[in-house]
Amino acid sequence: MAIKDYIRERFFPHIWCPGCGHGMVLNGLLRAIEKIGLDKNEIVMVSGIGCSARISGYVDFHTLHSIHGRALSFATGIKMSRPELKLIVPMGDGDALAIGGNHFIHAARRNMDMTAIIINNRIYGMTGGQHSPLSGYGTMSATSPYSNIDNDFDVVELSVAAGASFVGRTTTYHTKQMTDILGQAIIHKGFSVVEIMSQCPTYFGRKNRLGSAIDMLEGFRKNTTPIGSKAKQKDPDLIERGIFVRKKMPEYCDEYDKIIKRAMKGN
Amino acid sequence: MNENLKFIQGNEFCVEAALYAGLDFYAGYPITPSTEILEHMAKRLPEIGGKFLQMEDEIASLCAIIGASLTGHKVMTATSGPGFSLMQEALGYAIMAEIPCVIVDVQRGGSSTGIPTHVGQGDVMQARWGTHGDHAIIVMTASNHQDVFAITVDAFNLAETYRTPVILLFDEVVGHMRERIFIPAKGEIPLVERLRTSVKKGVDFHPYLPREDGRLPISDFGEAHRYNVTGMVHDMWGFPSDNPKIAYGLVRHLVDKIENNTDKIARYKEYYLEDARTILISYGSAARSALHVVENRRSRGESLGLLELQTLWPFPYSLVQEKCADAKYVVVVEMNAGQVLQSVKICVDRPERVFLANRIDGVFITPTDIRNILRLIEGKGV
Amino acid sequence: MERHRLVFSGSGGQGIITAAVILAEAAVLYENLIAVQTQSYGAEARGGATRSDVIISDSAIYFPKVIQPNILVCLTQEAYNKFNPIIRPGGLLITDTRYVKTYMKVDAQQRELPMYQTVMDNIGTSIVFNMCMLGALIGITDLVKSESIINVLKTSIPSDFLEINQKALDLGIKMGNAYK
Repeated sequence: MAIKDYIRERFFPHIWCPGCGHGMVLNGLLRAIEKIGLDKNEIVMVSGIGCSARISGYVDFHTLHSIHGRALSFATGIKMSRPELKLIVPMGDGDALAIGGNHFIHAARRNMDMTAIIINNRIYGMTGGQHSPLSGYGTMSATSPYSNIDNDFDVVELSVAAGASFVGRTTTYHTKQMTDILGQAIIHKGFSVVEIMSQCPTYFGRKNRLGSAIDMLEGFRKNTTPIGSKAKQKDPDLIERGIFVRKKMPEYCDEYDKIIKRAMKGN
Repeated sequence: MNENLKFIQGNEFCVEAALYAGLDFYAGYPITPSTEILEHMAKRLPEIGGKFLQMEDEIASLCAIIGASLTGHKVMTATSGPGFSLMQEALGYAIMAEIPCVIVDVQRGGSSTGIPTHVGQGDVMQARWGTHGDHAIIVMTASNHQDVFAITVDAFNLAETYRTPVILLFDEVVGHMRERIFIPAKGEIPLVERLRTSVKKGVDFHPYLPREDGRLPISDFGEAHRYNVTGMVHDMWGFPSDNPKIAYGLVRHLVDKIENNTDKIARYKEYYLEDARTILISYGSAARSALHVVENRRSRGESLGLLELQTLWPFPYSLVQEKCADAKYVVVVEMNAGQVLQSVKICVDRPERVFLANRIDGVFITPTDIRNILRLIEGKGV
Repeated sequence: MERHRLVFSGSGGQGIITAAVILAEAAVLYENLIAVQTQSYGAEARGGATRSDVIISDSAIYFPKVIQPNILVCLTQEAYNKFNPIIRPGGLLITDTRYVKTYMKVDAQQRELPMYQTVMDNIGTSIVFNMCMLGALIGITDLVKSESIINVLKTSIPSDFLEINQKALDLGIKMGNAYK
């Protein structure tokens, strides 16, 4: 199937700004799905609110554009009630980790089979450039006009600590790696998290003088390195990319099936 | 001993009623005085192959059941005031996206954290207007266990018929009280199943194009039709739109599908209304005290009657107006500062003849409380 | 039948609510009576003041709470202090000698029974204190048959505990019969 067959052309053009990384994530995701060969009918995409959340409208799956921060809760209900469906949940950094932070850690802890994609552009784009829990200390935004004093989360460390059984990170610059990690995350049986560092030239780039979208992409190339590389040892500030955790753990729906068996036997 | 004869709490009975109605998915969070519903669901659902989830909060609970409803399941969650407050955004989502679900609010005393183990009926207006924006909603209640059962099954039927959330507004007394009840035999109460689309696979399906009768056939997630569901104002494909005509049509549809059917949705019971000079209007557990007073006074030959409302929203204005047309006095009996009182005053011919007998202190309203108000109205002094 | 209005009072953990439920359930399921049981309690699962109301009748019960009980059981001093004034004139007041020191003359039959002590002497565990109390109650009043209570116990408690519960019930009944 061609990539084009996975999208709802009727609803294009999309709403994203020129240079936005979200379209690149959509592209990488569809390539991953095509490569795995999933049927469109077995995929449910659930999103929350924000620029990233609009991805769900453009893909020809069962799509639920839900409410801010709660996409994983909706996804949990869908998956639990119909475990044969594949759940993909794209979220922005604010959506997933500020308003949705509690749902995120609990979804990770539960280890229900679904893929959470955190598209990290370090800013609230839809509302006009306010700082997010991933903006980081010292950054500028519409709500940190004198510089941000909020520390940021490390998505990978947070996910690992919360119990996610698959954790990966990549960037919009590394498109091949993006497709590869997303594919592996989707195949993984359990709760998988993929952080994709993405550019928002309109707000984060402009407020922090990072230049054009291309300059920002170039930044991802320069500031990241594969996990365990020599470069990391020389420069600890480099951000590592790759798959950090992949472990076999009991999956929630499978475990619940055992509960049903026990309950039906009357013990 | 009759196997269907039970002596259990209202909360537990509500669980049995939900299962009778076809519920097979529940998500919730512990909160007094509704927790028994969560506990019984945890035990009962897996026994019938259903699914139970204890979520991280009430927001996630409602979101999870909305998700499960989309895959074709009958779903419910239960909570009390603080949890119900947290659910308001997702409640609005279910209304906008027209996803059937049942939400039980076992009301406690007071606002905020209030008095968790005591009774109150202060969530009537929250159930109506708690979520933002123009919308209509169905809110039902009951005063005894047999009615808890019937109304709970009804709530599922109405949720499916109108593709909307239905709120069951119970209270601590109904929830925790134990009384004698019979579980109706299978088939005794008819069940409404979800109306599914007849549009064939491969043919363009318009998930948000209502039929002429206002009903909206659905296609379950995972089935042949793939479409978008959103809380934004949306067109017939479920895609976000800011077209004023579409926005107008959608809001009208959401309100009209319920308010134009107020007569069909109205459930109530009446006692001695034919010749009643004074009519008590009550609902939920408070109606038990009201009925106690009515039966007592009737046995002494006084012309007192009771209208027990079981549908609080859409408010049955014309029903109340008609029933109260010949009454000299109307007394609304409730455990809040007068939330149903306002609706009654709007619709009766002489609002100055409408009085309130209430309690707002977490104590269950007694027949004496009501008698005292009646004596004051009659000019007898307490 | 005359309408019976009962208030059971004591502290959380004494099994007050359980006893009230068992009595009402026995009346409904095995004696074809109508009963309503409610309770009021605080936030504490153990140690707080607890009260459970039961009404047993052969006609419909609307108002489910008891204002003036004709049978009042108090298993703590606090409960006695709080509730002894509400008893219906001519009613029955049951207290436990170990926990309650009565000081008021009420217009009721006052039965101060060594229920706790009897349970400890004969069974050695306080977990069936509530069953002894229930036994004393039906021993005095014949409210329901002991078989009805036992039928409820059979379906509501683990079978390992059935025997001591039954024993406590019998001890209570014997104690109560003395005051019939």
